[in-house]
Amino acid sequence: MHIVVCVKQVPNTTQVRINPETNTLVRDGVESILNPFDENALEMALQLKEKHPGTKVTVLTMGPPQAAEVLKEAVGRGADAVVLLCDRAFAGSDTWATSYALSTAIRKMEPADLVLFGKQAIDGDTAQVGPGVADWLGIPCVAYARKIEVADGKAVVERNFEDGYEKLDVALPCALTVLKEANVPRMASLRGKMAAKKLVIAPMTAEAVGADPAKLGLNASPTRVVKIFSPPPKTGGVKWQGEEPAVLAQRLADLLRERKLI
Amino acid sequence: MGLKIDLDLCTGCGACVAVCPFCALAQRAADGKVEVNEACTACGACLETCPVGALSMEVAEKKADAAALDAFRGLWVFAEQRGGKVQEVAYELLGEGRVLADKLGVELCAVLLGHQIGNCAATLFEHGADKVYVVDHPALEKYTAEPYSEAMSALIKKYKPEVVLAGATSMGRGFIARVAIQVNAGLTADCTELGVDVDKRLLLQTRPAFGGNIMACIVCPDHRPQMATVRPKVFKQPAPTAGRTGQLVAEKLDLKDPVVKVLETVNAMQNEVNVAGAEFIVTGGRGVGGPENFKLLAELAEALGGAAIGASRAAVDAGWISSFHQVGQTGKTVRPKIYVACGVSGQIQHLVGMNSSDTIIAINKDPDAPIFGVADVGIVGDLFQVVPELVKALKK
Repeated sequence: MHIVVCVKQVPNTTQVRINPETNTLVRDGVESILNPFDENALEMALQLKEKHPGTKVTVLTMGPPQAAEVLKEAVGRGADAVVLLCDRAFAGSDTWATSYALSTAIRKMEPADLVLFGKQAIDGDTAQVGPGVADWLGIPCVAYARKIEVADGKAVVERNFEDGYEKLDVALPCALTVLKEANVPRMASLRGKMAAKKLVIAPMTAEAVGADPAKLGLNASPTRVVKIFSPPPKTGGVKWQGEEPAVLAQRLADLLRERKLI
Repeated sequence: MGLKIDLDLCTGCGACVAVCPFCALAQRAADGKVEVNEACTACGACLETCPVGALSMEVAEKKADAAALDAFRGLWVFAEQRGGKVQEVAYELLGEGRVLADKLGVELCAVLLGHQIGNCAATLFEHGADKVYVVDHPALEKYTAEPYSEAMSALIKKYKPEVVLAGATSMGRGFIARVAIQVNAGLTADCTELGVDVDKRLLLQTRPAFGGNIMACIVCPDHRPQMATVRPKVFKQPAPTAGRTGQLVAEKLDLKDPVVKVLETVNAMQNEVNVAGAEFIVTGGRGVGGPENFKLLAELAEALGGAAIGASRAAVDAGWISSFHQVGQTGKTVRPKIYVACGVSGQIQHLVGMNSSDTIIAINKDPDAPIFGVADVGIVGDLFQVVPELVKALKK
């Protein structure tokens, strides 16, 4: 079995802050990380590899040269091969153009049985690239997967809904976007870290994967960001403190009744 | 097109590097001058910050054929139904869609996909649809992304709407991205505000990015339709007009057999109130301390007359409660009458999912917790003392 895991290097958005004076993002000290949901996709691939000997796990990313870091992290955890798509021609790609570019790289590889994604990236939060890549590849896609069993060339997948889940029968090849609750991602092993350290990653260009230049980057992207702004600052209401809990609780209950909220 | 940097003018001050939301600008090691990388989205946030005017945006010529774009008319809403029941997000989108369609002077249409789903169309008319397209086909009986996207794309190619809205639900997000590829359209996820530029006939799509730290306004100038998803509870549901009707268009399509088969559907929230549509929500965060303490929140929920239990990401990640309860950027967006946050610090990722609640109450030990910044009433105190007292006071 060949499993391709698509990952993204993202800024750790939980560390991003707004400077209230200049109203701009404060990114000082914000680290670049492997998108947390992609860790679950990678872990799903590695667990399948353990269950099904002979499985190969290839990790693919698109980004600037420094995105090689997340590929090294993946190798540290047990990925067999990595591909870094890196070309100025990809600059400014939205989800339409990104999913096209990733699909060209996947077509260039040995045929994939499974293509895995995290459920979304924490910087863009679109959840669109996984289903998009599947469409370019012409394969089915199950979004929000939390469990997979593979046997006899097909998979049984559980996918979440807002209020429950469904069990699905899926023929391979297929794509999944993977939820956090699917598993607990492993850390890189010592041996893996050594392998990652030695790894030299040669970037693949748009030409190398045979991508159509008319479908790449900002020019091919249907969406345009026309404005970036900070959300309006929130103002809180009253804050009660320094009194007995019973007094505060009673005051709150009175207030809710007075406003006819309960 | 894209960002151009005049290196002769650039002084290497680094002002632009700090404001780029996408980490797309960096100073070269050699001379400190700025260069732009692949992450640039041409948002223009950096342009004004350059004190010497070294940054400029090269705008591509309009490549789309204006007449071809003009052939697209009308505003569509994907009317998600599950088990023959139209989901509330469809009504919310019809409410907002009505406003936008009126501004554009076009029809508001709903699209219903399914098999033997009965009289769903009637409620869509009552909630503002002028026209309802129905595709009734066995392949659409159980939702899977492939036949749903095939049907939606076929309708879009035939009838050419200029705007298509869908709920950012498991279903909507799962198939609409495929539609965007199939019809060669732009798609913006999780919009929190929609508007129109009537002259240019553009949908103005505002959405949070970077975990809610910034907002971006996005347009699709050269592609039609302009597609967007919106989370449930972002827009208010309009009051239905009883007896309002419209035109029903039953569309016959040849669809391929589903390649993904649904074996079993399990409702995991059977005995619980779902946070997504709840009027009252009691949410627990890291401060709750463990799974057993959610019992305390359940007592408060009961005292409020049957509130749903919500959870912050911290509580879900700790394994104290299932992710079906999660509120926030990676969970659900909620808009209850009363939201009680217990031991929730109030990270921006949580706030974006609940700050439209009518009344927010926060109980937290830390007087500086960001949750107090959005709370209508904040109680600084130990939730283990305050919540039991509140239960008593409410039951009086």
